[in-house]
Amino acid sequence: MSAVAEAPVAATADARKAGDWLLVATTILLCVWVLLPIYLLIVNALSSPQEVTGFPKRFFPSFDLGSLAFFINFAGVAKALWNSVLVATLTMILSIGFGAPAGYALSRFDFPGKGTFRFLVLMTRAFPLPLLALPLAVMFIRTGLDDTAVGLALVHTTLALPFAVLITFSLFSGIPVELEEAAWTLGCTRWQAFRKVILPLALPGIAASAVFAFTISWNEVFAAAVLTIENRTLTAFLLQSLGESPLYLKFAGGAALVVPALIFIFAVRKYLFAMWGIANR
Amino acid sequence: MNGKALPYLLLMPATLFLCVFFLYPFVLVVFEAVTRDGAFTLDNFRAMAGSWKFPATVRNTLLLAAIVVPIQLAMALLMASVVSRLETGRSAALYIFAIPLGISDLAAGLIWLAIFDQSGFLNTLLSGLGIIERPIMFLGYQSKLTIFVAVVLAEIWRATAIMMVILVAGMGLIPREYYEAAEVFGAGPWKRFIRITLPLLRPSLQTAIILRVILAFEVFAVVAALGGTNLPVLMGETYNWQFTLQDRNVAAASALLILAISIGFTLLFLRVLRVPKEARI
Repeated sequence: MSAVAEAPVAATADARKAGDWLLVATTILLCVWVLLPIYLLIVNALSSPQEVTGFPKRFFPSFDLGSLAFFINFAGVAKALWNSVLVATLTMILSIGFGAPAGYALSRFDFPGKGTFRFLVLMTRAFPLPLLALPLAVMFIRTGLDDTAVGLALVHTTLALPFAVLITFSLFSGIPVELEEAAWTLGCTRWQAFRKVILPLALPGIAASAVFAFTISWNEVFAAAVLTIENRTLTAFLLQSLGESPLYLKFAGGAALVVPALIFIFAVRKYLFAMWGIANR
Repeated sequence: MNGKALPYLLLMPATLFLCVFFLYPFVLVVFEAVTRDGAFTLDNFRAMAGSWKFPATVRNTLLLAAIVVPIQLAMALLMASVVSRLETGRSAALYIFAIPLGISDLAAGLIWLAIFDQSGFLNTLLSGLGIIERPIMFLGYQSKLTIFVAVVLAEIWRATAIMMVILVAGMGLIPREYYEAAEVFGAGPWKRFIRITLPLLRPSLQTAIILRVILAFEVFAVVAALGGTNLPVLMGETYNWQFTLQDRNVAAASALLILAISIGFTLLFLRVLRVPKEARI
């Protein structure tokens, strides 16, 4: 009797083990798929210019800083890097400054027009937003915002603001309103309760969505290339010099774009799902 | 302060911002597309469609989307399933799968340039294995097919993460009991995936597909980095009209075409994958 009962159990255990192996193998394969191309770019960035244009390639970096030094000293690169940081920082400030109050209002109040506002925010995601840089280019020339960091940051804010609203909305929704009410009964005004009770709890999440806004701006290519001429960001600079720049400049530039992005995503990894998961609501 | 006015005050900055930098440029782009020197005309559309590159441009863009999106959907489902089954290393796998989310499309193009370039890693690998004698020119103007394949791979690599994150969040909402019940009745993993996961994941699938399809029509920097002008796509041509040909009315017409295609597909997927209210979890 017992032998009959054990056989299927053993079979399921075998199947489960095979399934586990398959799972591990698939995971490793997918990780390699994601990481290997990045590794190869980094190998190029850490090789000398001669190695980058030479053939065959080595699959390990020689840790020669020639390519990177050439990139940093190339005319316009330092300024482009600075512009990228400047625009991204402005985008971060603008999108959190406009987005966080809206997110708070959506999470704490019921009022007529709430649905309309949410629709407006969600609608922005159904449009290829960088295209709106085209008409804005004309408007910016009229207002003197053309080719400035502020002008570009305004366009990048349209990209980042919907995220900032949705993320802060889900953040504030996750903080019980009772905490705020308790503060009110203890004599806090609405503003004091927000500053002393809610803000400290929400701060890590707000920081994460700020980093996310920074990343969106840091990575954006089309609007940056359309709206800047003298004050190009790093992406615009790299795009416009694709035709003539040598390979090692491209790869060093690519690495300069990728490495900060890796750090940003690592910093906000806990919040990625709050950001995209709410897309369904 | 009056409690009723507070939510509106909090929403005001974001609303005003979106009106000025989202709705207004949207109206402007329509206006610029159908006028020239202040008079109504359809010449801009004729000029756009009359360009010798136009048929190839539309074909390339649609074909890219048609090939890339289904593959990405399958890969994103695989990644999400793997992540939701992992017990150890779950967060590490998630972070690695999500990395491309933070990487600029231009950087992704440069990453794959490092692989497909004539002195790149693919040629090194192939000649190391003795398959080829001399490096092949994968990205030359005569090799449109390999450029297309390289762009497809780069796009799959870059933008699967965004779908994966949405799907992982969606899978987390499906109650465990459904799977347990199915297991009791003898449903295998595949059957559980087809009968439980897929139907209940429909809202997330809808969001993921819509977002991804819109992004697919915006493909620009990846193509610029890998193919230059050898593989014209809609967004690249829009950029050309604006910059190289200095004709912002035709550029606006081209932008409007991308907008129209995006909206058309959004409505299509909203309808095809619609979720009845009573079927939501």
